[in-house]
Amino acid sequence: MRLADVGKTYANGVLALDGVSLAVASGEFVSLLGPSGCGKSTILRLVAGLSPPSAGTVELGATPGEADALRREISFVFQEPTLMPWATVAANVLMPLRVRRVPRREAEDRVAEALALVGLDGFAKSYPRELSGGMKMRVSIARALVIRPRLLLLDEPFAALDEITRFRLNDDLVRLWRQFGWTVLFVTHSVFESVYLSSRVLVMSPRPGRVVQDIAVPDAARNEAWRMGPEYNALCREVSLALHAAMGDRA
Amino acid sequence: MRRTVVLSVLVPVGVLALTVLAWHLYVTIGDVETFILPAPDLVIRTLWNDWSTLGPALWVTLKLTFSALALAVVGGVALAVLMAQSRWIELALYPYAVILQVTPVVALAPIVVTRIPDTQTALLVLAFVVAFFPILTNTAQGLKSVDHNLRDLFQLHGAGRLQRLWYLEAPSALPYFLTGLRIAGGIALIAAVVAEFAAGSSGAGSGLAFRLFEAQYRLNSPRVFAALLLLAATGVAIFAATSLVSAWALRHWHESAVPRDR
Repeated sequence: MRLADVGKTYANGVLALDGVSLAVASGEFVSLLGPSGCGKSTILRLVAGLSPPSAGTVELGATPGEADALRREISFVFQEPTLMPWATVAANVLMPLRVRRVPRREAEDRVAEALALVGLDGFAKSYPRELSGGMKMRVSIARALVIRPRLLLLDEPFAALDEITRFRLNDDLVRLWRQFGWTVLFVTHSVFESVYLSSRVLVMSPRPGRVVQDIAVPDAARNEAWRMGPEYNALCREVSLALHAAMGDRA
Repeated sequence: MRRTVVLSVLVPVGVLALTVLAWHLYVTIGDVETFILPAPDLVIRTLWNDWSTLGPALWVTLKLTFSALALAVVGGVALAVLMAQSRWIELALYPYAVILQVTPVVALAPIVVTRIPDTQTALLVLAFVVAFFPILTNTAQGLKSVDHNLRDLFQLHGAGRLQRLWYLEAPSALPYFLTGLRIAGGIALIAAVVAEFAAGSSGAGSGLAFRLFEAQYRLNSPRVFAALLLLAATGVAIFAATSLVSAWALRHWHESAVPRDR
């Protein structure tokens, strides 16, 4: 997946992105880290094909044919759980399969599988309003996983959750990523989260957004020991400094 | 809990009993003429004795009201869905919906009645015109009030127009539609009565409004009040029915229908 010199100007004249170039290899977990309003979310929307770039190109896969196939295998998780309140947990997770006309029997099996992956077996018949914030987020993630995506786009999915819930969901996300090998583009404004999750952190400048730093994170086991260790702390420091440099005088 | 339930029945019933008692005392002690205000027991007895006249009239008005309401639901929802498909369709059609709504039904009635030979059809058209507007506007508003992120999600997963309508827009619009239905239920009855008055239909197939009017001319006050009582009861029943339908349809998820935990 490549973005080449991409710019985005909104209808109200706001220049959100200016000359953004980035490439994500298959199977990478890449975080986009930057201050709010720097256009991180806009990048996800461009990649998902939800809005067109004003300048430059967004390419998925190696060939145009592959790009079309890949478009059908993208999942998006928003900052809010964005569930349909009138539908049960199972019906919410079923939605992407229903839209794709997956046969009923197979679809139900895959919904059960996705709910098990996020630890929500037994909640299939609940309604979203009966769940806590963290559980709603898990439903949202199950809905993203149910299509067995190749590319997962996550837009600050844990920003509104408490820290304990966030840690647990971070661990689950890393585990599932290692298990399934998706390509992940993860938007966050948390330095710690980005380092803990990613194989690469891209630091962005304030609006108009640009990628200013590209920091690789070594492939270590993600656990509490690593989180307490020197490597994690050194990386967090490096990313923090890069973020401050990106903010310039405004930090 | 039980106490609250018992009280919630006792309080309105008690107030009703007191009101009727006050009415009865006012009429008997004040020696009020029957043609000004008949006593409550006389109204009930008239309702019973004149049922051969009032019953069929009630049936005519009910048929008119519910036919108009059914047509309004079909027409209002169909037009709302059509307008949700394109802004151009909305711009082209909405002005006519507004014109029909703001023109008083009393003014419209003589024109419609003289143009349509069958009186009942004319009344149906008039009641429909009034009842369909709240359903149209509320449903149209609901279809537009879909969560933007959910809309994006459906687009991302490649949902077609019909899938979006059925799985996303229709459920989103349901609470709005039900609000429209509750309003429309009440004013369908009002419109039916007003249309009957304005049209001045007579003879066979006359509704409650006509009987009320007729009784008023003959200074048959007890029957006026009996007819009035029937109309009010019908209105309350329609409101209760549409409220129940609404609460049932939204029982799982909508804030308006879900009890608040304390």
